[in-house]
Amino acid sequence: MRQSVIHWFRFASPQSFYPLAGRMIPWFWAATAAFGIAGLWISFFVAPTDAQQGEGYRIIFIHVPASWMSMFLYLVMAFWAGLGLALNTRLSGMMAQALAPTGALMAALSLWTGALWGKPMWGAWWVWDARLTSELLLLFLYLGFMALQAAIDDPRRADKAGAILALVGVVNIPIIYFSVKWWNTLHQGSTINLTKAPSMAQTMLWGMLLMALCFWMYSIAVALTRVRAIILERERHTEWVKHALE
Amino acid sequence: MHWNSVAEFFAMGGYALYVWGSFGACALLMIAEPLLARRRLSEVRRSLIRERLADELELQQKSQ
Repeated sequence: MRQSVIHWFRFASPQSFYPLAGRMIPWFWAATAAFGIAGLWISFFVAPTDAQQGEGYRIIFIHVPASWMSMFLYLVMAFWAGLGLALNTRLSGMMAQALAPTGALMAALSLWTGALWGKPMWGAWWVWDARLTSELLLLFLYLGFMALQAAIDDPRRADKAGAILALVGVVNIPIIYFSVKWWNTLHQGSTINLTKAPSMAQTMLWGMLLMALCFWMYSIAVALTRVRAIILERERHTEWVKHALE
Repeated sequence: MHWNSVAEFFAMGGYALYVWGSFGACALLMIAEPLLARRRLSEVRRSLIRERLADELELQQKSQ
């Protein structure tokens, strides 16, 4: 018991996390490629043509994973930010900072693919619908978090300010998720939820899940690369960094 | 497999602009982001190595 506790805290220091992240990154890239190839194969060659939307529906295979990741990454980012605020651990703030650009990218992709899907199906690139608007707000929360951190020179203070913004913004996540239920929106209801059987063909579901796993592995790989850069930037005056770069 | 030709695949049943616009933007961003992250890492590493070299040179000069 005692051993395992110590073990966990060991990796919570930037010094031991830096090499660990370096060793993990290639595996996450391999997983990204494997899930991506399988997911794209199903998306384009196995999943049947949709009865109502023809081939246009194939946007779902990146729209839904990007939207999921944009929400999930925000929760993970807020978790690390909150942990840093509560325990004052060095690595937590760096993790939150490393996740923000990837989350912003996912939110932007979700909106972009949504616009390209909305145009042929609804006849509009954009509507001020509850789900679309709350997703746009999510993108602004990510950008606001990044801008706020960039505006404060002292990294520990930047972490604190960013953490408060991130934690307040968490309110938006259930709003996005349940917006299609709470309001009468143009956006369709959730394709998958925990209580009902999915309302789509099995192969479409598999394609979407594989693409979601691909996006997930991608996010981890790129965030780990970024966190390594942030670790070196912030710890550059420490003794261990000098020995870490052989 | 339900595509009869390559052209039919790229036409996406008339939705080519929307489907390829989505997948293209996705590919572009997901290639650019890791490259930028990697560049940031190698830049800080290079500057740290330079700094260490400078320190070593300074030490050598002092000992002489």
